[in-house]
Amino acid sequence: MSWLTEPLQYGFMQRAMMEVIIIGALCGLVGCFVVLRGLAFIGDALAHAVFPGVVLSYIAGQSIMIGAFVFGGMTALGIGILSRSRRVSEDSAIGVVFAAFFALGVVILSRQGGFNRDLGSLLFGNILGVSMDDVWITAVIGAIVAGILLALLKEFTLLAFDPTMARAAGYPVFALDVLLLLLVSATIVVSLQTVGNILILALIVTPPATARLLTDRLGRMMAASVLIASSCGVTGLYISYHAGTAAGATIVLTATAVFLLAVVFAPTHGLLSGYLQRRHGHHHAHHFHAAGEEVELS
Amino acid sequence: MLQVAYGANLAVAGVDARVAPGAIVGVIGPNGSGKSSLLKAIAGVLRPHSGEILLGGAPIREQATRIAFVPQREEVNWDFPVTARDVVMMGRYRALGWLRWPGKADRERADAALERLGLGGLGHRHISQFSGGQQQRIFLARALVQEPRLVLLDEPFTGIDVQNRAIFHELIRAFADDGVTVLVATHDLDEVRETTSHVLCLNRDMVAFGPTPTTFTPANLRATFGGQVAVFEQVPIFERAP
Repeated sequence: MSWLTEPLQYGFMQRAMMEVIIIGALCGLVGCFVVLRGLAFIGDALAHAVFPGVVLSYIAGQSIMIGAFVFGGMTALGIGILSRSRRVSEDSAIGVVFAAFFALGVVILSRQGGFNRDLGSLLFGNILGVSMDDVWITAVIGAIVAGILLALLKEFTLLAFDPTMARAAGYPVFALDVLLLLLVSATIVVSLQTVGNILILALIVTPPATARLLTDRLGRMMAASVLIASSCGVTGLYISYHAGTAAGATIVLTATAVFLLAVVFAPTHGLLSGYLQRRHGHHHAHHFHAAGEEVELS
Repeated sequence: MLQVAYGANLAVAGVDARVAPGAIVGVIGPNGSGKSSLLKAIAGVLRPHSGEILLGGAPIREQATRIAFVPQREEVNWDFPVTARDVVMMGRYRALGWLRWPGKADRERADAALERLGLGGLGHRHISQFSGGQQQRIFLARALVQEPRLVLLDEPFTGIDVQNRAIFHELIRAFADDGVTVLVATHDLDEVRETTSHVLCLNRDMVAFGPTPTTFTPANLRATFGGQVAVFEQVPIFERAP
C-alpha cells in the first residue's frame, strides 16, 4: 500500500496526479477525433509550431500557455486555410512551415543563458513543477474544450465520417474544421507542461488508438480512451516516482504498453482473437446460419 | 450555363438542364466526363465556376438540408466506429438542429428505414459487418430518413447483386412517386435504360438531355462515349410479362 500512498504525501505529487488525470481525460477525448480524422500528423505539427510561443512566454516570465495559445490559434487557422486550397501539397507545406517554427523556437531559446536546462524542461515537460494555479487553468480550459466537443459531437462525428454529406447538408464545414483544430491546439497547449512538445502526440493518439481496438462504438471508444489515458497517466507517474525516471516519457511508455497489450488481446480486433477466429471459422459460419441471420457473401 | 472547374481545369464545361420534381435522372458519360464533378457541384462540395443551381426556383445552397447524398462505396471509411443505425440517424441530424440529440423517435425512425430496406434487426451491427449491397442500403436508409427533395447517388450500382438492385429500384421509384428528384451518376447503361425517366449525357459538355425513351438513343450514346461503347439495338427475344 505504501507504494501507492507514499508519493502522495508530497504536495508536488498530489498536484501532478490531479494534472495528469485532467490532461489524460482531455487528450483521450479530443484524441478520438484526431485519430478518426487522421490528424495525427497535423497534431504533431501543431505541437511543434507552438514552441516559439512557449519560448517567448518563458523568456518574458509569463505562463507558457499564453504564448502557446497565440501560436496554437494562428497555426490552427493556418492549417485550416492551407487544407482548403487544393493546389499546395498539404503535407509538405505543413511539414516545411512547422518544422521551421520549431527551429525558430530553439534559436530564440539558444540566445538565452541556461539553454540546455531550459530546453529540456520545455521540450519534455515538467509535470512535477506544476502549481495549483496550473491545475486550475488546465481544469477550466479542459472543461471548455470538452464542453464544446461534446456539444458538437453530432456535427464532428458526421464531418469525420462523411464530409461530403456534411457539405451537401449545408454544414459550415470550414468553420467546424478550424474549430476542431483549435480544440486540438488548446489540448496540446494545456498538456505541454505534462509531457512537453515532443511527446504530447503520444498522449493524444495512443489512448484512442487503443480504445478503438476494444470497441466498435464511438461512445464507448471515447469513454475507454478517457479512462485509458488518465489511468496510464497515474500509473506512469507512480512508476516514474519509484523508478526515478522522467515522468512524461514514463507516462507515454505506459500508454504504449497498454496499446501493445490491446493489439494482442483485444476481443475482436486483437491478433489473438483473429487467430482463434480463423481456427474456428467453420464453427462461426455454422452458428450464423443456425441463428437464421441474413448472411451474404460478396 | 453551369461550369465546374478544378483550378484552371474545366471538369464540366457546360450543363443546362431543367429537371421536374419526381424525375429519375441518369447522368451518364465515360470516365472523366464530369459526372462526379457535376454531382459534387450540386451537393455543394465544389463551387460552380460559373452558372447557378436552383432547386424549386431558389438557390440550392439555401435548401441544403433537403439534399441527400449517397457516396461511392470507396469513399466511405468502413472502419469508422459506427453501427448501421448510427449512420441512418445521421440523416436526422440536420432536422434536429444544433445542440439537440436524437431521441427515441429518431431511433425508431432509423430502425423503420432499415426495416424497409430489408435490414430490420441489424441496426446494432458495425458497418463493416455487412455485404457491399447491404452497405449501400444503409446509406439509402439514411437518405430516406432525411426526407429529401433531392437525392444524389454516385455510382450506386458498383458491385451490387440482383437482389440488392431490386430493393434499390423500388426505393428510387418510391422517392420519385413522392415527388423527390433523384440524380444517379453511373456508367451502368442497362440500369439507366431500365430505371430512369430522364438521361443527361455528359462528356464535359452536355451532349443530350431529355426523357429516357427519346434520349437514350444509339446516336446520343455514340456522341457521348465516342468509340468506347458498342451499341446494340434492343432485340426482343421473349415478350416480357406485364
